[in-house]
Amino acid sequence: MDWTLIISRAVEAGIGSEAIIYALAAIGLNVQFGYTGLLNFGQAGFLAIGAYSIAVTVATFGLPFFLGVGIGLLLAAVLALLLGIPTLRLRADYLAIVTIAAAEIVRLVVRSVALSDTFGGTDGLQAFSGSFYDMNPYPPGEYGIPPIIGFDNRSMWVLTVGWVLVAIASFILFMAMKSPWGRVLKAIREDEDAVRSLGKNVFSYKMQALVIGGVIGSMAGFIFALSRSAVQPDLYSTDLTFYAYTVLILGGAARILGPIVGSMLFWLLLILIGTGLENAVNTGTITFITVNQVGAIRLMLVGLGLILLLIYRPQGIFGDKREISLDAR
Amino acid sequence: MRRAVIAFTAFMGGLILVFLAGASTAWAEGEEVRGTLRLQGQPVQGVKITVTSDADAPVGDATTGADGTWSVPIEKAGSYKVTLDQATLPAGKALRDPNRGTLTVQVFEGNARNVLFGLVDANAPPKGQDGGGGGSSYWDRVAQLVFEGLNLGLIIALGAVGLSLIFGTTGLTNFAHGELLTIGAFLAFFFNTVLGLHLLVAAPIALVIAAAFGWGQDRFFWGQLRRRKTGLISMMIISIGLALFLRALLLFLFGGGGESYDQYVAQAGIQIGPISATPKSLIAMGIEIAVLIAVGLALTYTRLGKATRAVADNPALASSSGINVDRVIRIVWAAGTCIAALAGILLGTTQNLNFQMGQQILLLMFAGVTLGGLGTAYGALVGSLVVGMFVQVSTLWIPPEMKTIGALVVLIIVLMVRPQGILGRRERIG
Amino acid sequence: MHAESLPAGKTAALKAFEGMAAEPGVAKPDPILVVDNVVRRFGGLTAVNVNHVEIQRGSITALIGPNGAGKTTFFNQLTGFDTADEGQWTFNGRNMNGVSAYKVARQGMVRTFQLTKALSKLTVIENMRLGAQAQRGENFFRGLFPALWRGQEDEITLQAEELLERFKLDAKRDDFAGSLSGGQRKLLEMARALMGKPELVMLDEPMAGVNPALTQSLLGHVKNLRELGMTVLFVEHDMDMVRDISDWVIVMAQGQVIAEGPPDSVMSDHRVVDAYLGAHHDAPLSAEEEERQLHEAEAELEKEVKE
Repeated sequence: MDWTLIISRAVEAGIGSEAIIYALAAIGLNVQFGYTGLLNFGQAGFLAIGAYSIAVTVATFGLPFFLGVGIGLLLAAVLALLLGIPTLRLRADYLAIVTIAAAEIVRLVVRSVALSDTFGGTDGLQAFSGSFYDMNPYPPGEYGIPPIIGFDNRSMWVLTVGWVLVAIASFILFMAMKSPWGRVLKAIREDEDAVRSLGKNVFSYKMQALVIGGVIGSMAGFIFALSRSAVQPDLYSTDLTFYAYTVLILGGAARILGPIVGSMLFWLLLILIGTGLENAVNTGTITFITVNQVGAIRLMLVGLGLILLLIYRPQGIFGDKREISLDAR
Repeated sequence: MRRAVIAFTAFMGGLILVFLAGASTAWAEGEEVRGTLRLQGQPVQGVKITVTSDADAPVGDATTGADGTWSVPIEKAGSYKVTLDQATLPAGKALRDPNRGTLTVQVFEGNARNVLFGLVDANAPPKGQDGGGGGSSYWDRVAQLVFEGLNLGLIIALGAVGLSLIFGTTGLTNFAHGELLTIGAFLAFFFNTVLGLHLLVAAPIALVIAAAFGWGQDRFFWGQLRRRKTGLISMMIISIGLALFLRALLLFLFGGGGESYDQYVAQAGIQIGPISATPKSLIAMGIEIAVLIAVGLALTYTRLGKATRAVADNPALASSSGINVDRVIRIVWAAGTCIAALAGILLGTTQNLNFQMGQQILLLMFAGVTLGGLGTAYGALVGSLVVGMFVQVSTLWIPPEMKTIGALVVLIIVLMVRPQGILGRRERIG
Repeated sequence: MHAESLPAGKTAALKAFEGMAAEPGVAKPDPILVVDNVVRRFGGLTAVNVNHVEIQRGSITALIGPNGAGKTTFFNQLTGFDTADEGQWTFNGRNMNGVSAYKVARQGMVRTFQLTKALSKLTVIENMRLGAQAQRGENFFRGLFPALWRGQEDEITLQAEELLERFKLDAKRDDFAGSLSGGQRKLLEMARALMGKPELVMLDEPMAGVNPALTQSLLGHVKNLRELGMTVLFVEHDMDMVRDISDWVIVMAQGQVIAEGPPDSVMSDHRVVDAYLGAHHDAPLSAEEEERQLHEAEAELEKEVKE
């Protein structure tokens, strides 16, 4: 067993681009689900919109990178509005079904052969991240703490931008949730009729939460696309959304640090177990499974973890059990 | 916390047992490009496929086997060119787009990348591709699509009835319902292919086990959660966790490739008027219709069916009028799972079995249930048929790959215009 | 309060009602709320069918009636929580039908609920602050800059603390509302409604589930609202309470207003007695009971629809 490799991979995943992507996706869900009680099951769609906005703007149309960023943020807001208008007045599970359907629509559109000239079909798009990496201030080389942590200069640039985005999003959320605005959201999560009877436009607040969460989700999409220098439609399936929920619930919903710590821990554990098992299989320590089955085991553990968390510790690591909305209806 | 640890340990113990049981299933290892060459569901054998690196350095080649599969192992992630040698295609078969004989694909780390080559029957005239060049052929196509839509709609309906009844009686929006179809299909596969029983024997055994699984699921899992007063949203997310778990378990046990039953794989089509169909699909539809009618009759006329509707209407009232609500719910779970498993098996006779097959039609089931009005079994039935029909018939106007999009868009529009569904009552949405 | 001399608000209200005909739909000298032909049907069942009713400004008006009379449904229509099938009503002369619930509240027509909606996962003081109107910090962007709303928040907090003191909840200021007793929650809900400085306070069964020890204090608060110039319309089952605090009583049965009048005379009205005796003239029913009956009616309806 190569413990250095295993721990190194796990730690790198815990602070790497996956952790950033899922932290941002979960921060978005935290606004919607954690604080407001809205079930957005289509966060993957918002990530896809962010990722493809950059990719299509730059790779397909040859327009500037920052225009792509702007389009991504705008489209995410538009999608949230489109989804919210019909469903926010209805029961919670309608929003869940509509958002999950919308995310699938986004994925099916970008992977379609008919539109492959624009979106690249199932292969997706590449060659759009040049101007992003041109801004990279890190000179080539290895950075980190050998032998555990080591990133090349491109990764360092992605990580810097990504964690700064996480920090900004969390700070804004922190300020917003301390304000009377945040108070209205938390009240809506608990009983929207009571809030309505006090003269607050509940629909508008829910919409704001949906838009803000979706826009933060699109930022996760930016990092997803840039860190891989590629977009591929099937990476934005509903499983992504559910992993983000796992991350959020693991860290603790309705807590500012919940999504961040949840995401770091999620990836640390997932890679630790995955790499550990792979290593054990390769070195012959474990003989009854194959390397490819390790992936399935990882998936099973995510599902199992989500179930056990909700049953035994729905407040996650940081949450306050008195404050979570899971039992609300 | 201690209980959580104990439960987790127990579950892990169970997992290890499962691992041992599943250890025999072999998997391809490492990065590779692979695929299965098929035409109209039939494998195409003996076709040579070459893989080169981006810089045209040869990497390897393969020839499709009797089951149409091929794979070329590669050393590292990267961009590769995959070329199908069109000269080796059997007579009468051709690439759908002769210009796409070479495809460039990205292979990611640890990823087995599937590459698809679309084939057509070179002898058959392209069907309806000329945009309805004659009135009769257009209507033939409509008839064929309506038939296929009915076929799909019936499968969706089988799944949706259970989904809707479970929602009605427990309030749970079960995101793991798609996996119940998959489990049914793979149970039958296990008895059929692994143990060698004829599918007609394997399927009933699978259905019994599925019913027991459904019963047990409520007895030992959902029922316990209800007793703990777990919230509905909580349960919904738990069902997502369960779906992820079950799907991964099937992936673990049966691998990620497509499988098929030993019987009823290839059947010659027969022509009935304008419709061409395989006998197996006609029989499958017959079974589906019979089951759905039986469910409908049972709900309307039997004591249990009436009790089920009473519970769906108002559990507290049903309970106070002497109905054993828990028992009804358990039977609903058993029956719902059994019917879903049947849908999975029947789906498995017409397409490949894979661990995602149920998940792939889950959204269509939701569409059917929502369209018909959440929680009403009859509504789910009608809604599903409409969805199935719509998905297939819409391919008259939109590319087939986009047909699901159409159904999902309609789902969203229906929620906008008539959130109570086609048959639901307005008061229900409260 | 002195027992013999009536408070000013009571005197004024009684004067307004003096010599008024005790007929359903009678005109009031200064109505704050005027309702015309409001109809609400559930399937084939007409839950509310009110021809004409007026609520006198500055009075305490009780809305009574046997279970299933449509009182709460009527409340829901008026406050925008449910849409009426027909009819219109005006509040302070402004047309209110089709106006959404939050706008109704902003106009100064605030309600409470039969099943108390204290936000139990917020603290008592946060509950109170939420009730204040036109808060600058309730805008997302302004909310990000505490300097923009801190001053107003302090004013709101002061106002809230005064109210809490008046309602004897000041000791619970920083507790979660969920930890309060049923009666305290009712008090909190009422106090929170007052944060919005309403003109018309609509209380849906303010006494349901309240510990008898708290009843007197709650009654005092309701009476006090009138002295502060507010109008109170409340649904209640407890006849003693109705007799004690209301200036005027409106009786509903089967969705219609069947009688109106001063509390003492209306209870001996034969239509009222019939309505009650025909249904449940003894104990008031609980909320669950009412819910159950509603569902029974629904189930019957469904049967009819299916047949």
